[in-house]
Amino acid sequence: MRRAIVGAALGALLVGGILLSAVLGQFPVSPTEVVGSLLRAVGVANDWAPADPIAESTLWVIRFPRIVMAILVGAALAAAGAVMQAIFGNPLAEPGVVGVSAGAALGAATAIVLGVAAVGDYAVAALAFAGGLLATLLVYFVSRANGRTEVVTLLLTGIAVNAFAGAGLAFVLFVANPASREQIVFWQLGDLNGSLWHEVVVVAGVCVVGVVAAVLLGRRYDLLALGERNARHLGLDVERLRIASIVLVALLTGVAVAFVGIIAFVGLVVPHIMRMLLGPRHRGLIVASAFGGAVLILAADLLARTIVPGAGLPIGMLTSLVGGPFFFFLLWRQRRRSGGWA
Amino acid sequence: MSDPVIRAEALSVVLDGRTVLDDISLEVVPGEVLALVGPNGAGKSTLLSVLSGERVPTSGQVLVDDRDVRTFSPLELARRRSVLTQDNSLSFPFRVIDVITMGRAPWTRTDEIARDGEAITSAASRADVTHLAGRRFTELSGGERARVSLARVLAQDTAIVFLDEPTAALDLRHQEDVLRIARDLALAGRAVVVVVHDLSLAGAVADRVALLSAGRLVAVGAPSVVLTADAISNVYGLPVRVVDMDGRPLIVPQR
Repeated sequence: MRRAIVGAALGALLVGGILLSAVLGQFPVSPTEVVGSLLRAVGVANDWAPADPIAESTLWVIRFPRIVMAILVGAALAAAGAVMQAIFGNPLAEPGVVGVSAGAALGAATAIVLGVAAVGDYAVAALAFAGGLLATLLVYFVSRANGRTEVVTLLLTGIAVNAFAGAGLAFVLFVANPASREQIVFWQLGDLNGSLWHEVVVVAGVCVVGVVAAVLLGRRYDLLALGERNARHLGLDVERLRIASIVLVALLTGVAVAFVGIIAFVGLVVPHIMRMLLGPRHRGLIVASAFGGAVLILAADLLARTIVPGAGLPIGMLTSLVGGPFFFFLLWRQRRRSGGWA
Repeated sequence: MSDPVIRAEALSVVLDGRTVLDDISLEVVPGEVLALVGPNGAGKSTLLSVLSGERVPTSGQVLVDDRDVRTFSPLELARRRSVLTQDNSLSFPFRVIDVITMGRAPWTRTDEIARDGEAITSAASRADVTHLAGRRFTELSGGERARVSLARVLAQDTAIVFLDEPTAALDLRHQEDVLRIARDLALAGRAVVVVVHDLSLAGAVADRVALLSAGRLVAVGAPSVVLTADAISNVYGLPVRVVDMDGRPLIVPQR
């Protein structure tokens, strides 16, 4: 029952968010025109479709790719957060917080400066993935001890990785030419502006495969909550699951970061809320987190581009503005509950 | 006596240059409770983890069903033996019923899945946690958590059961429950290996007792044969009296 309500609410929010995002903006388009244009695209001739070619191209060249990108990136980041929390056995693990996003951004920025980006979108995505993978491996193996992750070690490792990747980004910024510089700043702030269909296709492929894989692994993540030893005694091949999950997190985070920059805290806030609503079972949690992440990024992007008339705010700034205090709240609660920084 | 399900041959474990287990050979047969006893640091838990296939010995080997335990996949092993560890923590607030159900995980995609409901219900009632089913595991007391973990192990429903100090956090009544569960498992033809600290408990539950001291197997056999005043005084460095209670030894320190 509860699952049905949460599912319906997420579905409604998603559809509402899509419509609102398509309607609002500098060039006004009416809701009927949006629906009509979509219907015409699937081959249903109707009177609602916009006659004005500017309205039509506003929708199909600017708004729709941006909307789809927001949905995909939100789903990828939130699912990556849920997976990361499962393998770290800790609700505070998140790609942005522990430095995976920063590692991916460094990879992507390096691709720009080295000129690899000229090879194509896949090159940027591949280097972002490599950077994210390195960061995840580092954080994982440094912060694990005796099959558990201590919060202090996890966060300190995150600080170190973030600092290192930040320094790397600063260096890349320093050696880059002015045109590349602008692109690199974009990674540090996160922005959905100017999303293109061919980029959307890359993100869509990785996102769908990654989220489906994460959902299929859901039962195993449940066992992992018992600790590595107990999970192994229940027949789980912990080593393989761990490696597969690290690759999964790096893929989902890497592809999201490669095309929209660092959007932090989505992977922290969304799985946490879904866990409160639905309980900790990972199958449902990952599915709900993917949808929740999509809704959140869609809403945040809508806010980012409409809150100041005529100027788009970077979305990464907005999510961190909300996510930072939320993270602090989680930290405070966990500390109070365990009576220390356990 | 039936063929052993576990056969340990000349097991040694060396950790950081320290010999933790020294040339231990041991067999476990179906239908018996084997208790591992000994002072702190004698190597009981290490021996248990080697026998259960979790830890690879430095030398020697463990055969499960006459097959080297290292050749088993984690899943194959999980269908043969279950292990109750002392680790009762849980990363996320799952409900008790979910935790017990996790014990059925090795049987996913087998015909055994039909028995899930029955196995879970029976395990919960035997471990006396049926009334906790809807609670969050993370809200339970230490003793309640230990019982839920026991229920999870029982739900796994394997021919070999390892219990690492199953009575540690429990009150008197639930200690007795655990002993009875171990006896019932043995009666049903399961092999049970249990680490216990309380020698009288070991004497009461076990068919055979293995007494360890500093990594060596001092003696193994019937409780009344192994748990003598001399042997215990020697191993623990404490004079004790052994009282016979209905054929079972009761160990009392000399005060």
